[in-house]
Amino acid sequence: MKRINRNYKVRNFHQAKWDEPIIFELSKKGERGVLVPQAEEKIVALVGDGVSKIPQGMFRKELPKLPEISQPRVLRHYMRLSQMTLGADVNVEIGQGTCTVKYSPKVNEQLGKMPEMTEVHPLQHESTVQGILEIMYKTELCMREISGMDRFTFQPGGGSQAIMTMAAVVRAYHKANGNADKKDEIITTIYSHPSDAAAPALMGYKIIYIHPDENGYPDFEAFKEAVSERTAAFIVANPEDTGVYNKRVQEFTRMVHEKGGLCCYDQANANGLLGVTRAREAGFDMCHFNLHKTFSTPHGCGGPATGAMGVTKQLEKFMPAPLIDFDGEKYFLNEDITNNPYTIGKVRAFNGVAPVVMKTYAWIMNLGAEGLYEAAKIAVLNNNYLFKKLMALDCVDAPYIKGKQRIEQVRYTLEKLTEDTGIKTEDIQRRMMDFGMHYWCSHHPYYVPEPMTLEPTETPSKEDLDEYIATLEHIFKEAYETPEKFKNAPYCSSCHRVDESGMDDPNEWAISWRSYLKKSIAE
Amino acid sequence: MKKLGLIINPIAGMGGRVGLKGTDGVVDQAIKLGALPQAPNRTEMSLKVLSDLKEKIEIVTCSGDMGENEAKKCGFKTRVVLEIKNRNTNQQDTIIAAKKLLEEDVDLLLFAGGDGTARDIYEAVGDKMTVVGIPAGVKIHSAVYASSPQKAGDLAVLYLQDNVPKVQEVEVMDIDEEAFRNGIVKTRLYGYLKIPYEKRFLQGKKSGSVMSDQAAQRAIGFDIVDNMEKNVYYIIGPGSTTRPIMEILEIPFTLLGVDLVYNKKLVKKDLTEKELLGEIENRPVKLVVTPIGGQGYIFGRGNQQISPDVIRKVGKKNIIVVATKQKLSSLEGRPFLVDTGDERLDEELRGYIRVTSGYKELVMYKVNA
Repeated sequence: MKRINRNYKVRNFHQAKWDEPIIFELSKKGERGVLVPQAEEKIVALVGDGVSKIPQGMFRKELPKLPEISQPRVLRHYMRLSQMTLGADVNVEIGQGTCTVKYSPKVNEQLGKMPEMTEVHPLQHESTVQGILEIMYKTELCMREISGMDRFTFQPGGGSQAIMTMAAVVRAYHKANGNADKKDEIITTIYSHPSDAAAPALMGYKIIYIHPDENGYPDFEAFKEAVSERTAAFIVANPEDTGVYNKRVQEFTRMVHEKGGLCCYDQANANGLLGVTRAREAGFDMCHFNLHKTFSTPHGCGGPATGAMGVTKQLEKFMPAPLIDFDGEKYFLNEDITNNPYTIGKVRAFNGVAPVVMKTYAWIMNLGAEGLYEAAKIAVLNNNYLFKKLMALDCVDAPYIKGKQRIEQVRYTLEKLTEDTGIKTEDIQRRMMDFGMHYWCSHHPYYVPEPMTLEPTETPSKEDLDEYIATLEHIFKEAYETPEKFKNAPYCSSCHRVDESGMDDPNEWAISWRSYLKKSIAE
Repeated sequence: MKKLGLIINPIAGMGGRVGLKGTDGVVDQAIKLGALPQAPNRTEMSLKVLSDLKEKIEIVTCSGDMGENEAKKCGFKTRVVLEIKNRNTNQQDTIIAAKKLLEEDVDLLLFAGGDGTARDIYEAVGDKMTVVGIPAGVKIHSAVYASSPQKAGDLAVLYLQDNVPKVQEVEVMDIDEEAFRNGIVKTRLYGYLKIPYEKRFLQGKKSGSVMSDQAAQRAIGFDIVDNMEKNVYYIIGPGSTTRPIMEILEIPFTLLGVDLVYNKKLVKKDLTEKELLGEIENRPVKLVVTPIGGQGYIFGRGNQQISPDVIRKVGKKNIIVVATKQKLSSLEGRPFLVDTGDERLDEELRGYIRVTSGYKELVMYKVNA
């Protein structure tokens, strides 16, 4: 019998490939999935048919144009599709770029799927949803402790929306102080998340970017020149997406406060800071966490998201409502804020995504304060282990703060590899798929040449990290020895090299079946 | 079958190895000093990258050293459309050759040379043709050149395979070689050539639809126009970044010159320093300038009409610098430079300046003298 070699370094991988049509193409007139049973007569007699009470104006004019297909065919269809993707449960998830992707314990996933979670409705009477209100309230207490803020809302649907909420609070605050017209500038750094600029820009603010200084830290002298009476706020990620932590951030926040501005902390990169630093002590008035990503839920694009946004006491009245309070006996939705003239209003319906808050609560309770600190330490350790190993390779470098350690992620450069071989970072991305590895090109803004951003988090073991490093090394070696291999990679993926030339041309892609049909007919 | 135009300036780069800092007007001296042609070898390096497309392209070129020899040596299907009689090729040969290839309607013009060659190509084809420069000269100030001969080949391959659907205009710069040999750097902006737009900003999926450089320039243009104050004179400096301002205002302009705008109407275009000083005397005025791509000069290169006197009249706080993020990125962290010819003014301009990089979007950027 052939012995299996267990001393492999690079894993043999091949993705399933099904000739799977789009589900609309599988549709067959008259085919049914499940037939919903009619209500029993007794029930109809008691509460009505459940349909006739719906106001006429709310009825659809025609039936939704869903595909007509049986349940087993639906199941097979999605099972096949799932085999053609590179899911987070299958690969070592390190290369997601700036997006923290860590393992969500399955028990937490089960908690999120409990009928007690999935079958409640946000319009139920408060007395019937005391459980989830308690969890939301207690999760908020944890968030307060972790950040030093005084109140939190879980309403924003994700990180960018939380930043938008912070920007809305900034506007409401200056409006309340009669300064809204004079305060029209928001300062951020070039390596903060792009949303830190995009969200306030959407609200009409002028954005001022700060570049790094010669040492790689946000340029304090440039910042001094940027801050003025017009400064409405400073919105920043720290560590930035390069992995560089701004040690002088307190001086930055002090300077903004001196000019009457507010300071907002984008804590999407908080994974290496839990239990180490707090937003309040660094002088911030607001902050947000991604409950997805940092606190046990898959990345926003792969699952529901929540951007938990917190403020200090002085900004509480501007929060979206309702907030959840406890009067000593029961938990309740506090609408006081809804009724005050300062609130920014709702940024999303109800209280955001309850199962995400549930999973966050479970994760925090499971780890405790010490566990959070431990998770942060391991995330930093993992990152710096990876950093040290990769920097030892001739073709890898990392700009800024030479010789110093990073927090939870690093933006590397493969410029030398590209110069030597012509192989670019996006070629590495494609080839990594052949080994079942994720390597995503998320490195905005593209100031670092041939960027590679890796963020291991506390999830991977040393063996996982070694496997990822070995795979990268293997591919770099290939780049030098057989660069032609990269021309058509990936080979073992369900989709081979995709022609991306039309990706930025709206005439060439369709975002839905309906738009596809429209475009095909037009042609 | 695609048509690839090829022009080699065979004498480009010969001055460098023998310490002449250029070849303009000193070819004989260079040869005497033992200089050997550089451009043919470097062209060969580019053409090797193109060898996969051998069956799909025809090289349209000039006889002998100006393209034919190298194209044939590398095994390409070659068609000579211009015979060069005189052996020591000169500036006129490049210009005539480029004009001929323009008539031939080639898909892309690949040329090897230095800054002088780029100037000649610009003079012949202007914005009517897309080009890629193979760096072979002593001085490479022009952004039309790829960073290496291989990269010029890469870019040509991408463009000929229709993988670079957009083009961008980049600066054609040259220095005064005579002055340079005496240790003085005097650069001039001669115009803009169209090169394939490499999608450096588009490699990430997370960024979605990132704006092209042209779209970013237009966003800057709208920012400037929307914020133009009434009864204030606006001096609009040269460059493709400032051009959209005039296009949005729908008024005539000079790409390489300095224009004056008042209440969104043109006062005068292509003004000299004296004319500028005359027009702005005792009037409220703002000045819009853009750095030279890759170099970062905001004053003293390509906009000498904006003299120290003009800058002083405008005042530091009324200077508006505009640059796309891509242009800032091309500086690779180096600060802006000023070389107005007035050391005290250069010193005053040092520090940080706000750069408009998009609509309602600014970057704090360092200025060095």
